[in-house]
Amino acid sequence: MFKYFINLELKAFFRSASVGKSIGLKILMGFLVVYFLLVFLVVGIALYPLLAKSFPDQKPLAIVNSFVIFWLAFELVLRFFMQSLPVMNIKPLLILPIKKRTVIHFVLLKSLTSIYNIFPLLVIIPFGIFNIIEGNYNPLNMVVWMLAMYILVLTVNYANFLIKKKFAENIKAFLPFVALGLLFFGLDYFGVFKITTLSGTVMDALVLRPLLVLVPMLILGGLYFLNFNYLKSNFYLDNSLQSKVEEAKTSDLTWTKRFGEIAPFLQLDIKMIWRNKRPKTVIWISLIFLAYGLMIYTNPQYKDTPAFFVVVGILMTGVFMLNYGQFVPSWDSNYYGMMMSQNIPMKQYLSSKAGLMSVSVVVLAILSMPYLYFGWNVLATNIACALYNLGINIPVLLFAGSFNKKRIDLEKSPFMNYQGTGATQWLVGLPLILLPTLIFYGIYKVSSLEIAIVVLAAFGIIGLGMRNLIMDKIAEGYRKRKYATINGFKQQEN
Amino acid sequence: MIQVNNLSKKYNGTTVLKIDHLEIPKGQSLGLVGNNGAGKTTFFSLLLDLIQPTTGNITNNEIQVNTSEAWKPFTAAFIDESFLIGYLTPEEYFYFIGDLRGQNKADIDALLLKYEEFFNGEILKNKKYLRDLSKGNQKKVGIIATLIGNPEVVILDEPFANLDPTTVNRLKKVIKELSENPDITILVSSHDLQHTVDVCDRIVALNKGELVKDIQTSGGTLKELETFFAV
Repeated sequence: MFKYFINLELKAFFRSASVGKSIGLKILMGFLVVYFLLVFLVVGIALYPLLAKSFPDQKPLAIVNSFVIFWLAFELVLRFFMQSLPVMNIKPLLILPIKKRTVIHFVLLKSLTSIYNIFPLLVIIPFGIFNIIEGNYNPLNMVVWMLAMYILVLTVNYANFLIKKKFAENIKAFLPFVALGLLFFGLDYFGVFKITTLSGTVMDALVLRPLLVLVPMLILGGLYFLNFNYLKSNFYLDNSLQSKVEEAKTSDLTWTKRFGEIAPFLQLDIKMIWRNKRPKTVIWISLIFLAYGLMIYTNPQYKDTPAFFVVVGILMTGVFMLNYGQFVPSWDSNYYGMMMSQNIPMKQYLSSKAGLMSVSVVVLAILSMPYLYFGWNVLATNIACALYNLGINIPVLLFAGSFNKKRIDLEKSPFMNYQGTGATQWLVGLPLILLPTLIFYGIYKVSSLEIAIVVLAAFGIIGLGMRNLIMDKIAEGYRKRKYATINGFKQQEN
Repeated sequence: MIQVNNLSKKYNGTTVLKIDHLEIPKGQSLGLVGNNGAGKTTFFSLLLDLIQPTTGNITNNEIQVNTSEAWKPFTAAFIDESFLIGYLTPEEYFYFIGDLRGQNKADIDALLLKYEEFFNGEILKNKKYLRDLSKGNQKKVGIIATLIGNPEVVILDEPFANLDPTTVNRLKKVIKELSENPDITILVSSHDLQHTVDVCDRIVALNKGELVKDIQTSGGTLKELETFFAV
């Protein structure tokens, strides 16, 4: 049976309207994967000698064991944001003579092929071997340790699966977990309660008594079972239908009238974002990203590389723009044909999108003002970045949008609908972040910080000045590719 | 009002539609009948400039549809559910279309009042988004939305499908009323010969993309069509 499923997946990939873009992204991802594979391998090999040298009075294995808990927590967060879950279109399979069990097992096992499960191996195995050779541990005990570590990694894989499934509809639900994680970190940091000691004791015990490996195995089995049950109970169409009939809240958005001609589209976009889970998630991500600055500015390591602040600035003020803009006009894919047969001037339609993104950039820039605390240059960089986003990145995103042919199903049941919630969506934004950073870096090197900031802002202002002209050109592109876009949006995809 | 010249549409060498000449005068109600794959929806999509013709063109009120967009203000269409915006309530959808067609809230409310019977109390003030309505009720919304802003050309693809018998009769009444207005040209496609003959002045039959019959409706039209489509 799995043979058929794999075959179906391959066909779905190669026959989709956006196969060119997908392959391009996959290749780019491939390079990144190779890079990270190497990084992890180097870490794995260097870890033991490094720890042995830095902490000669402690056993490297004991140190690693005590940090296992943080490693797992970090991995969970990383996976939550970056790992895309396997998806499958179950509707056509529901009434076919296929056991539901088989489909669910397939989906669950497919998640094991994820590259995120390979990375930790590259650290665990070399480190384990070093322990056997240099640390005089019993080979059997170390093999069991490696096995246990890997089982823990897989546990994280399935824990993430469950969390993401349950909370994909509601990203707020993830916040308590973040708070809990921070609490434990804080308690450990201030020495109130040493969770690292606990983690260390448990893992050390495991090395001494290999039979204890049964415990993580049971946890893994339990999580797999939970996932299985969750999927099985959601393996119905009406399950999503029933919860879906929510009471409509009519909202009066007459205040948008002051925006003149683009008002109807602005209203439509606001309703689209507010009433559909997927675009709504974008809002939450934007707010969470405001905290990104805290992580960077407080780190003295970045003090002397102001170019890195540009990355932060572009991301913080532009995270909504990046996440929303790269899917224009796919947000409207469900009814694009109607839009194109209505009396809609293309430029107005696009101006409304640009307007919405501009507002988001301005709002996020204002919300990031308190970072003035870290110095005037932080604030100035952020404002320059906001201007650059307004003047350059918004038109670039809109232009790129005219090539979008991939449909987004806003109305799809929550079951396995995770289009574009993986690493790829960040990858698309990479050039938009790197280009201003390079410009900034170049000018900063040859002259000064102040001039670099001014130049970055100037780019944005020039872009804003030419907005009207640029929008005409972009609208032209949308008109030209209209037929291809309509055709692409008609394709239903997983 | 609508003129078709040497129109054809090919996909990878297969001709799916080929109409050398067709003229629809202002005020006529035209029924398009044919089996699956006859080219009905393809024709409507070409008329709305949603796909590009391989050869030839269509002019709507002397405006060539694939070169100018000036036909949009007086043309309204409902092809399928993809013409609806799922996350809006029916009222919001009507007001949105009204905004695009230069109608204010009061105009729309007046129009909706007129079609209250057609909605059968299942559409308005129900606090439901369009995506949560049944297929038939979605269709009612789509059909009435085409009447917003006094269009001169109304295009309905398969309007009778998915509707309950009562609503079909009410819809026939609505279309009949429209066709009595000499300013409105109506194009309706259907698989149902009876309904089409009932509401249209003229019937055009398509088969495998070609125009095979073009008759003015009279007493014997239904028989003629039934004989033609008989196995």
